[in-house]
Parts: sequence; C-alpha cells; structure tokens
Amino acid sequence: MLSRVANSIYWMSRYLERAENVARFIDVNLNLTLDMQGQLDEQWAPLVNTTGDFEQFAKRYPSPTRENVMHFLTFDRENPNSILSCVRHARENARSVREIISSEMWEQANRFYLLVKDASRDKFLLENPHEFYSSVKMSSHLFDGITEATMSHGEAWHFLQMGELLERADKTSRILDVKYFILLPEAQTIGTAIDNIQWAALLKSASALEMYRKHFKQIDPFKVADFLILNRDFPRSVLSCLDRATLSLHAITGSSEDAFSNKAEQGLGRLLGELNYTQIEEIIHEGLHEFLDKLQDRLNWIDDAIYESFFTLRPLTGKSSHLTPDQ
Amino acid sequence: MPLNFKSYDTENFYDELIDSSGVPRPGARILVERIESLPDGDIIARQKAAEAAMYNMGITFTVYGSEEGTEKIWPFDIVPRIVQARDWEYIERGLKQRIHALNLFLDDIYHEQKILKDKAIPADIILSASSFRPQCVGLDVPNGIWCHITGTDLVRDSDGQIYVLEDNLRCPSGVSYVLENRQVLKRTLPLAFEASRVRAVDDYPARLLETLQYLAPDHLSSPTVVVLTPGMYNSAYFEHSFLAQQMGVELVEGSDLVVMDGFVHMRTTRGFQRVDVIYRRIDDDFIDPLAFRADSVLGVPGLMDVYRNGRVALANAPGTGIADDKAVYSYLPQIVKYYLGEDMILPNVPTYICADKKDRDYVLANLDKLVVKATNESGGYGMLVGPHSTKAQQAEFAELIRKSPRNYIAQPTLSLSRAPVLVDDHFEGRHIDLRPYILYGRDIYVLPGGLTRVALKKGSLVVNSSQGGGSKDTWVLS
Repeated sequence: MLSRVANSIYWMSRYLERAENVARFIDVNLNLTLDMQGQLDEQWAPLVNTTGDFEQFAKRYPSPTRENVMHFLTFDRENPNSILSCVRHARENARSVREIISSEMWEQANRFYLLVKDASRDKFLLENPHEFYSSVKMSSHLFDGITEATMSHGEAWHFLQMGELLERADKTSRILDVKYFILLPEAQTIGTAIDNIQWAALLKSASALEMYRKHFKQIDPFKVADFLILNRDFPRSVLSCLDRATLSLHAITGSSEDAFSNKAEQGLGRLLGELNYTQIEEIIHEGLHEFLDKLQDRLNWIDDAIYESFFTLRPLTGKSSHLTPDQ
Repeated sequence: MPLNFKSYDTENFYDELIDSSGVPRPGARILVERIESLPDGDIIARQKAAEAAMYNMGITFTVYGSEEGTEKIWPFDIVPRIVQARDWEYIERGLKQRIHALNLFLDDIYHEQKILKDKAIPADIILSASSFRPQCVGLDVPNGIWCHITGTDLVRDSDGQIYVLEDNLRCPSGVSYVLENRQVLKRTLPLAFEASRVRAVDDYPARLLETLQYLAPDHLSSPTVVVLTPGMYNSAYFEHSFLAQQMGVELVEGSDLVVMDGFVHMRTTRGFQRVDVIYRRIDDDFIDPLAFRADSVLGVPGLMDVYRNGRVALANAPGTGIADDKAVYSYLPQIVKYYLGEDMILPNVPTYICADKKDRDYVLANLDKLVVKATNESGGYGMLVGPHSTKAQQAEFAELIRKSPRNYIAQPTLSLSRAPVLVDDHFEGRHIDLRPYILYGRDIYVLPGGLTRVALKKGSLVVNSSQGGGSKDTWVLS
C-alpha cells in the first residue's frame, strides 16, 4: 500500500485511541475527586504532568484548576493532544484514506468528530462531564468494533492495529503514572484506605477494575502495576498491547517473529522480549516511575523507527534528479 | 395539510415535472401521486433524514477560506428530476455524436490540422487560444482517444428544446453526487422509485475502471490504475476518494508518485510499484512542473516524458481544453459536419461570434439582451449579462468587443426550465440544468442519469454550488 496511506491509517487509529485515553485520564481524576471528598484537595496538575503537556499548559493558563485543565485537555484547539484536536486529526486522516477503510468506519470517525465538536459548543457540559467522557470512550470502542466487523485483516488493518496498540501501551503506562504525580500529604498514607481507593479509581479508568479483581481479588499497588504492565490476557496491559503490535508488525513485513528486518522490528522485539522475562518486583526495585519513563522513551523510539521504515521512501536511481527541477 | 402540487404554479416556465395545465408529465404521475399520498409532514421528515444521512456520511464539498466547518453538504432536494425515455434517447444520440466528433477534432488539431487547412473553421481561433497546448502537438494517445470522461452541461429553453451549454472535457466533476444522491433517494422514496422503472446508474465506477484499463498497453493483463488528486483540501476531494474507493484502486497525490527509469512509480510500504494508468483530477497546468507550470507542487516531475513514450496513460489526455474553448464551441456544427458528414443532433445555444462582422453588429446593437462571454475565460469571469447590466457596463463591453472582437462571443439569455423543490412546507419552481456523464473507451457510453443542478435562490439562474446551487437525483426512465 501507499506509504502516505499507511501513515494516515496508523495516525488515524493512534489519534482515536489517544482521544479515548485522554477521556480516561480525566475520568480517573473525576473518580478520585468524588472518592476523596474533603480528605485531599482536588489535584488537577498531575494530569497535565502525566500527558507531558505541562509546559504548554503553563504558558497559556494561570493555574491548574479543574476548569482550566479540563478545558485544556478536552476542547482546547491549540493543544494538539486535546480530545477535540485528536478526533479532528483522526477524522482528517480518515478522510484522506476513505477509499481504504470501510464506509462504516469513515462514518463513525465522522460522527465521533461531530459529537465532540458539538459538545465543544455546549457551555454547561463541563459542569456534569461524566456522560460526555463516557460517550467519548464508547465512540472509540464503536469504531474499534466496526473496524473488527468490516475491515479485512490485510496490511492496512495491521497498520491500524499498530497505531492503536502502541498508543494504548503508552497511555496505560501514563495512567499508571498519574499516581506518582499525586502529592500525598504524608508517606504514611501508603497502604491506607485512601491509597486503596486511589488505586481502584486508577484501575477503573483503564476499564480494568473488574478484570483485576477476578485475577488478584485484593487491591495492592504492586499487583495493580503487575496487572497493568505485565498481564498477558488483559487487552489494555502494556505487555498485551506490545505483543499484538509485534504480530501486526511482522505480518506487515513478512519476516519471522524471532528475527528482524528493520529498526522498528528490532526495537519492538527487544522491548517485548525484556517485558516477557521481567517480574514486577524488579520493576518496583528499579522504581516504578523511572521504569515507566524509560518505557515511554522506548515507545517513542519505536514510533520513529516505524516512520523511517515504512513512511519515507526515496528514489535511489540517478533519474531522481527530476525531484529538484532546474530553476 | 399533506403536501400536494395543486397550488404549484409553473409561472409560464417549462417545468420538467408538471405541464402548463398543472398535470404531471408522462412518467412523473407515479412520483407525484406517491408524494401526495404521504401523511402530513412525512416528506419534510424524509428530506431532513436524507440531509442527516449525507452529513453523517460526510458527503461534502470543501469551502475555501474558512477555518472551521470547511466542508459543507451540498444542498439536496428530495423531489427527483424525471427525464422521459424519449428525451433521453435523443440526448444520448446527440452526446455520442458530439464526443465522437470532438475526439476526432482533438486528434486532428494536435496532428495534421486538416480542418484548419481545409478552412472549415478559422485557424487563428485555435492557434491563439491559451488552451491550445504546444506540448501536445504530435502526441499519439492510446487508441487515438483524447477525452475519456466528459460531463456535458445541458439546458432546456422555454420552448422545450434541449441545448448544449458547455462541453467539459478537462476534469468534469459531480458524478459522485449522481451516485450518492441515488443511494439516498432509493432509501427515501423506494416505492415510487421501483414503480417508475428508473434506469440504474450504479455501475458507473465499474465502467469507468474498464475505460481506464482499456488505455493501458495491450501486453499488461492487470494494469495498475490510480486516481491522482490534488489532495484532501481540494473542493472535489470527496469525489476523488469516492471514485478510487468504488473502483478499488489507489488514490494518490503527486508526492506519492515518482518518475524513475522511464516509468511512473508510486511509493508503497514495500518499495516502488509501477503505475500504468492515471485518472488525473489535476488540471493540465499542474500535472508536470517540467512540462507545464514550473511552480506546481501538485504534479509529478517528468510525467509528460513518460506519457509521450507511451509508458503511462493519462485520462483525460492533456490538451483537451482546446475543444471546450468557447470560441471553438461555437464552431461545433461545422466540426461535426467536417468529421462525420452529419448535421449536429443536439444544438448549441445560438452563439454570435464577434470576430464575424455581421454577428458583431448584431451583438453591439443588442447588448442589453445578450450574455457576452470572453472566449478564453471560464467561471463567469469576463462576462456581461445584458438584462442585468447598466448602460455603463454595456458601453465598456462594446469598447472591449470593438478592440478585440475575436475574444468575445454572445448568446441570448435563455429561460431555463424549472422543477419543483421543497421550500419549507410547500413546493416552488426553481431553474435547473443537467450534466450527463460520457465515457469513451472501447465504445462511447452515456450514463443514464446525470447531475441535475438547481438554482435554489428564487428566480436565480446560477446553479453553481458556490453560489447557492443544490442538486437533485435524476431519474431516466426506461
């Protein structure tokens, strides 16, 4: 398929997944706030720290109030990672590959965008935001379902999968990281009721609470991290995402799974291999935040490698001098 | 109160649906009865549902120069336009003849120019036209066909006669709306559609693909066909992606293509892949910066060289614009006669050629009644609409015509036919035109349907989407 088209499909699904996850971020904080009534001040700065956009936020907003942060992450057009920006980019990408995806998928991408755009004009929306954020999540799930039901599992689908899964791995790691940024009044709160409530809220925002309970029953910080990073069966865990992204990457190149034919395969394969043979104790020992930080760096590196391996292609013969016409 | 046509007034215009005594024309009776039998408010609800469907499906065109909401749905009217089988038979015969003659003309003009040597039409009209492409002289196009896809604009005057208003031989657009309008209408008025025996338009993409594949060199069993678009910000982008999708071929932008080792290739995730046929939706000026405009970033450098060597096919061929030049248009009766030895079936709108002394005198004496057009301009530039002009404007044009007569033609102001459209809760007549689509591959095929454009503003004669125009489904009856 065309390199440009592969690039657009990859980013279409990345942006949709990103929009969904930004909704999850906000949701976790809303949940925390509800659960914490009076025991802790509302904390909204951690959200912009986690998404890595704090600098940009600080430039244009006086303080990290609930209202400011929610607006910044949801409807701010100048923030390229706001939900509105994400669905707009996703739709633009979908529009540029309309002939590749099914018309049902395009229609859903279009509806998703219209939903958020219409909501951005609703002045009272952020006063009672739960319904909106869950409809963002559902719109993204609906897109995934439609994709599953209407698109052939060919090359285009594999690029779509890669975009979605790499984005999700990154965002699950960041959801887990929210906890790191939340300033606790004293170290003693670790292991207390408040602590447990926070971890449960965090699981909930990754749609992981029920699945976690089936697996581990009791809330325990190490186990939560274990579940969200290393669980093999939960579809939002980092390991599960990278495992499936690797399958798609090899389906695209056709090279066997125990070898690599480009930098992307090398980077992703190495990371997956390491996670496959890692225990949560080692991660905790290294420091959870440090581990997640490094993980995010490596995912960025893999994204760059995918760009280089598939989306840029330059002619190699002498005739290519045509590319720079004489003046 | 249920909607009906009882109070509908044709106001002495030719109405395509209802005749002057208020009776539905033959073939329109089923539709009119069906609409009148619908419960109160139903047709309005159906119109709204049709619009919502188009909005959600993103059937839009791009509006330049505004940041948000740069796409709009093209206003769509729910009452279809009906073309009688007998009218269509006439239109089809006329268009086939016209396209045939225009292609012979193009091949001649870029080779021996026999028609000029025989003085059947004046040579200076052709050679001075900006749409004449010296780069195309001597080009041997595949199968001798220059214009594979045409969209000809037809209008009907108050006496019921159908005229050709304009031949669009470059990159005619709008066919995607024909297909989408039909999809929506089939869902909206299924019973009337079925009972009226409407001819199908749905196989257009398959026929288009066949036409394009026919251009590829013989030895290729499965040629690679692509649609070349200027990109997603082009006003017709929806159509480009729609056609690529429906044909199952790649939609490419100029930057996806590269000339290498004498062939055109596209950049894919698995390396370069050869391209054999390009349905280009980019104007001549922009397809190759080495051959045409050097500042074009939309095209493919070196494309024309590959084309000249027969290693890639282009549809339409570059240079076809000369045949829809307004001055050349006025000579079409002579062109048809010259190449085919036949009288032209579908008439042109009567055209006065200002280069001709007798015509010029008539034009100068009747500037208040005529529409004057510059021959080398399009899109309404350099135009005088007599009945709506001031004395000063008329004087200005008289001066222009005297100074360079061969740059101008004039036509009488036509009284375009009308059709009912839904306005709030009742029907009103609006002026319409018709653009049928013609494919020229192994033979000439006229799609039994077309784009009916509607001037939605009351009394307006302008059907363009940028100026308050809309569209209707077109039902050609069998």
